[in-house]
Amino acid sequence: MDDARWFRRATAIFWLAFTALVLLDALAIRTYRPEPPPIALGSGQAPGGGHCSGR
Amino acid sequence: MPIRRLLLIAGALALVFAVTLLAGLRQGLLALLGLGFGAVLQACRFGFTTGWREYIERRNPHGLWAQLLLLALASSLMLPLLAKHSGELVGAVAPLTLSLVLGAFLFGAAMQLTDGCGSGTLYKAGAGSPLSVVVLPTFALGSFVGASHQPAWIALGGLPPVDLLRYGWPLALALTLGGCALVAIVTLPQARAAGPWPRRWVIGAVLLALLAALHLIVAGQPWGIVYGVGLWGAKAFAALGWNPAADPFWGVAPHAARLAEPIVYDVTSVTNFGLLYGAYAASRWRAPVTTRLPSARRLLVAATAGLVLGYSSRMAFGCNVGAFLGGVTSASLHGWVWFAMAFLGSILGVRLRRRLEAPARI
Repeated sequence: MDDARWFRRATAIFWLAFTALVLLDALAIRTYRPEPPPIALGSGQAPGGGHCSGR
Repeated sequence: MPIRRLLLIAGALALVFAVTLLAGLRQGLLALLGLGFGAVLQACRFGFTTGWREYIERRNPHGLWAQLLLLALASSLMLPLLAKHSGELVGAVAPLTLSLVLGAFLFGAAMQLTDGCGSGTLYKAGAGSPLSVVVLPTFALGSFVGASHQPAWIALGGLPPVDLLRYGWPLALALTLGGCALVAIVTLPQARAAGPWPRRWVIGAVLLALLAALHLIVAGQPWGIVYGVGLWGAKAFAALGWNPAADPFWGVAPHAARLAEPIVYDVTSVTNFGLLYGAYAASRWRAPVTTRLPSARRLLVAATAGLVLGYSSRMAFGCNVGAFLGGVTSASLHGWVWFAMAFLGSILGVRLRRRLEAPARI
């Protein structure tokens, strides 16, 4: 298989696997979460947390 | 418009629509911002790793200067917002621990071997670089384990966080801009010898600063990378039967909630998804892309360094984005400590890299 063909196939596999894993996760977990306001600024609510800084 | 470009735009719209449908408008907006991050990083080739390496090897400070411009612009936009909306917007503030010093040094060394920092690995993986695609899973594994060990590392001790915003945003901004100016002045003689400053890096810095400020406004927290990547690792292990309940990091709030929820609810994950696709679309905007596979030895070294990259990023409270950019633009002193130690680590990493073959470039 030439380089270009190999690269196209590998790219397709990467994105298919990525999409499948995200969709499986999203559809497998059923939790209720009140939807946060679209924009944090002006919402009056603190962010939910989960940042690299450890917060 | 070529059909390829229409398909790339359709893919981007599908991503934003799907995330909005699954997790709400805020997450959809964050995916959109992620698309912007990825497109700008790829189109402008805005890399922290390459910029530092160019300075270490050739004394060319152009890349470093672009990063300083990004820091200065983003700080000018973000610090007043953080000060005036302290309940809704929260900065990236972390303590000055031993783990920060050691972790940043290791991260700086590892990023030269993986040919990408946190954002660099993601955008290059999105663009299809085989090296970064191989690094991504080990980066996630390292970040997952590193997060799990983070409380133990922090317990080794250090100094409490130093948040310059306590002294008011004008002084915090003045000190931050002064820090950027100091680094720029130190490298000024080399800048004159290196010729004109590439315009793409200036454009990249301006656009990334705007996107970083928008991210803060939408998410309520600065842009981050490795939290989401580590969460992907934790999700994978949980799916394989690992129980996070007793874990000192993943078993406590708010991380336990992030792990229990769908991944599209996580702020950094959806931004990362957008970043990956944004880089993919930008790399293929003008023409199809192809690449050569690096040697097995080079891939093995990069994959191993990816473990260190992920692990050390959690010791150091983030990567070049979450700790360096996020820390400095939140006026947290840990951002500057991260920069100093990661740069020292990069000097070691560049020496190690010289022993390896040159990586494939997209």
